[in-house]
Amino acid sequence: MWTWFHRLASPPTFYRLADRFAPWFGIAATGLLAYGIVGGLFFAPADYQQSDAFRIIYIHVPAAALSLSIYMLMASAALVAVIWRIKLAECVLVSAAPIGASFTALALVTGMLWGKPMWGAYWVWDARLTSELILLFLYAGVIGLNQAIEDPRAAARACGLLALIGVINVPIVHYSVEWWNSLHQGSTILKMGKPSMNADMAQPLYACLLGVYFFMGYVLLRRTQNELLLRERGTAWVKERLESSNV
Amino acid sequence: MTKRQKRMAAIAALLVGLSLAAALGFTAFRKNMMYFYTPSDLLAGTSKVGAKLRLGGLVERGSVKRGEGLSVDFILADCVHSLPVHYEGILPDLFREGQGIVATGSMQANGAFKADEVLAKHDENYMPPQVADALKVQDGKHACAPFKSVNKVEAAK
Amino acid sequence: MSSDFLNMSGYAVYVWGSYGFAAVVFAWNLIAPRLRRREILKELSTTE
Repeated sequence: MWTWFHRLASPPTFYRLADRFAPWFGIAATGLLAYGIVGGLFFAPADYQQSDAFRIIYIHVPAAALSLSIYMLMASAALVAVIWRIKLAECVLVSAAPIGASFTALALVTGMLWGKPMWGAYWVWDARLTSELILLFLYAGVIGLNQAIEDPRAAARACGLLALIGVINVPIVHYSVEWWNSLHQGSTILKMGKPSMNADMAQPLYACLLGVYFFMGYVLLRRTQNELLLRERGTAWVKERLESSNV
Repeated sequence: MTKRQKRMAAIAALLVGLSLAAALGFTAFRKNMMYFYTPSDLLAGTSKVGAKLRLGGLVERGSVKRGEGLSVDFILADCVHSLPVHYEGILPDLFREGQGIVATGSMQANGAFKADEVLAKHDENYMPPQVADALKVQDGKHACAPFKSVNKVEAAK
Repeated sequence: MSSDFLNMSGYAVYVWGSYGFAAVVFAWNLIAPRLRRREILKELSTTE
């Protein structure tokens, strides 16, 4: 188990595996997202209360779910990076932050565009919206720290610490709608028991959810490869790849 | 202890301390993080006349009376207690009888709530109109669940 | 495409605005790492 783990964590092995898997992630993401978006926009019936405005859900919920999942992934990488000082974990940590930030921003913007016509306001300071905004600031903090500190290893350590401290915000975002009164609705899909959604509406949503995870996988592999190339500059495997133009 | 074990201990301590601080903070500030009060809270006498606050609940069926211009009166309920609300202004598209709403305003001396802003709070259920008609979606315990009493006033008897 | 579909029961600005911003986010996630890769390769090939 440990030898397998160490081999996977070795930069040349990971780089090669990423090259092999990334295209499949890309294909899966394209297929699932195309199916989900077309189904959501064209085939899903309109909602009994929100009519066509509810179609924002096919972007909003996957983006929001991803914003939390990427944070957990980033924090796991941070744990490994801070304790075991594994280079690959450092690369994953700093690569996950911009992806997470972009999807957190997408969740916030689509939420605002949904809130205005349905609630009557773009923004309110309820527990869900406020904690999701803090999530964006945490991502921004990790990105900023990484850019501000010259030495990549020291930067990764600082980013890792911030990412670990911020982990406390993740359950708050998720459970905010249960713990406190909020304007935001409770969970439709990501909850215990039956989803509170008609099957014809839910099916494209599941496709979009799965699709964004594959998309995240694709982008994360490519970004992690970039970080590995930079940190491993001058090593034999990078030189070899540069010479054969196989990068 | 090796250096690695020391780092593990430090991170574990950090996370435990953080969770503890968060848990303490939430118990202390639970009320402040509540976005609105319920009619039960207001009737339990926890608010002063004229103080700005938010009130959330369900618009009681058959209670909406439109007056001159944009003025509207309705009863807001949380399945236990209810309060009359007066509002003048534009209502959100989702405002209707049986709908959850959050109103910002203040209690008046006459026991009614005067709202300056009304926002709609929809629930987590999504379905096509035909299904909704067949189900005849009713107010009930389920519809009241999102409206939690801030001061833990005794709910349904 | 029917104008009914584009109109989204009057919520066109909000629905299409959301999908439009989503397109921007997806495109940025695809393009940014690719540009960065090009940058890194240029940097590595000149210094080594």
